[in-house]
Amino acid sequence: MAKVLIIAEHDGTELNPSTAKCVTCAAQLPEADITIAVFSNSPGAVASQAATIESVNRVLAVADDSSEHALAATLAPQIVALMGDYDYAFGPSTTFGKDLMPRVAALAGVNQISDIMSVEGSHTFKRPVYAGNAIVTVKAPDGHPVVATVRTASWPAAGTGNSASVEEIANNAAVPSHTRFVELQSGKSDRPDLQTAARVVSGGRALGSSENFDIIYALADKLDAGVGASRAAVDAGYVPNDMQVGQTGKIIAPELYVAIGISGAIQHLTGIKDAGTIVAINKDEEAPIFDVADIGLVGDLFSIVPELTDAL
Amino acid sequence: MDKILVGLKRAVDYNVRVRVRNDGSGVETDGVKMSINPFDEIALEEALRIKERGEASEVIVVSIGPAEAQQQLRTGLAMGADRAILVESSESIDPLDRARVFLELINREQPGLVILGKQAIDDDNNQTGQMLAAIWDRPQASFASKVELNGDSARVTREVDAGLETIEIDLPAVITTDLRLNEPRYVKLPDIMKAKKKPLDQVPLAEFKIERSPALEETFFEPPSARQKGVMVNDVAGLVSALKDKGLI
Repeated sequence: MAKVLIIAEHDGTELNPSTAKCVTCAAQLPEADITIAVFSNSPGAVASQAATIESVNRVLAVADDSSEHALAATLAPQIVALMGDYDYAFGPSTTFGKDLMPRVAALAGVNQISDIMSVEGSHTFKRPVYAGNAIVTVKAPDGHPVVATVRTASWPAAGTGNSASVEEIANNAAVPSHTRFVELQSGKSDRPDLQTAARVVSGGRALGSSENFDIIYALADKLDAGVGASRAAVDAGYVPNDMQVGQTGKIIAPELYVAIGISGAIQHLTGIKDAGTIVAINKDEEAPIFDVADIGLVGDLFSIVPELTDAL
Repeated sequence: MDKILVGLKRAVDYNVRVRVRNDGSGVETDGVKMSINPFDEIALEEALRIKERGEASEVIVVSIGPAEAQQQLRTGLAMGADRAILVESSESIDPLDRARVFLELINREQPGLVILGKQAIDDDNNQTGQMLAAIWDRPQASFASKVELNGDSARVTREVDAGLETIEIDLPAVITTDLRLNEPRYVKLPDIMKAKKKPLDQVPLAEFKIERSPALEETFFEPPSARQKGVMVNDVAGLVSALKDKGLI
């Protein structure tokens, strides 16, 4: 039996959908027995949500005051204290998991498998390297726990309807005080979340200014879409960093991706290659984005985008 | 603070379009341009700025890799690092072992801060900094976009999925860099000449008596499945009807 511990990502009240994607990945392991661990100062509500995910056998609610904010330095020792009972520890390849899981792996004395795209066997996985220009098959050593992050864009979220048992346990691990949360500045919006939206509209450097991004937002609202951006648009200060899509930003897999004024650097394409349908609008017909687009339209985005918004 | 330790990994250049070898044994690196991993260049730039503000006295660049990584260390010295250490090995080294080498260097050099890139653009692992902080039992501030030192602690703003998170960490600590932390300086010719005289220590990896971690085995490389080239439409009406055909609107 493969005993898997999945670390829940949450904001204190809501379970992040990345957790249910980790479950889908873990369920591919032979004879998987899946536990979700919720670390929080008040884990009850999030643990109840986790218990509804299909394929989950049980949920551990680990309450500790130090877990009010997800800090790798305080969570890692708590996770390692539980790991003796498990063969696997999985987290999502979001900034939460990327920060946390290597710290867990190092304390457990193993290397981490980053960004699992597919499960090929009990210890064998595929993952992307070189900005997704190569896929490597990696075998983890037998006889050691497997610590990994799950590439969320490669896995659909597991369904709900389950009612797994929730067990409240106390934390016995010592947690350090050398790392302290100060604040989170969040560009909260009512638009669908970029990482889970079924449709995403993204703008690039060609937009030319922060104000001009309004036409991207207008189209997104018509499509009920999340909004993303290329690195160039973020670097230019048109939009905040949490909108960046690509190798070092968010890797997403919406049903529909509309790339507007984005040339399509390799690093950007890495972030969207799992999208269902890619639409590209660009004035340069030679732009590499057209090599991967399912539907391409060459022309001036400042006339095309408002026209498209009106036509929908 | 006295010293800052910075990691510089020799990696395939950012602009190279990487190709997988036909036999699946790896990616083609013969004749391919190699550079400092871009995130590591940002790490060095940040260390230099801290030193230039008078908040550190020495910047040491470290590379763990083949003898050729001397080129990247020389570039780092030309950017302004004071000295360089090459931990030489031609074999592939897993992140936890890299972290263990760094820890050994920390024990020898006693830096007040270690700055590493958040990930290398070859293996895209994003592990070494966090692992080093773990085994050093010190704070980590990963994906940093702003660093402010205040004596024995630092305030670091991190790029996270939800926006910008600020944390306070006690020093010494490990910081890993994100893209928008700074823009690395260009190297000038006189600096390249000066860098030739700066110390570069070469130490074989075997001299570090680190315990090797259970290794991950990379058994096969393949190219990603390619997307099919799609259709071009002539106008908005064509786009709308193509989207309707696919049932997307």
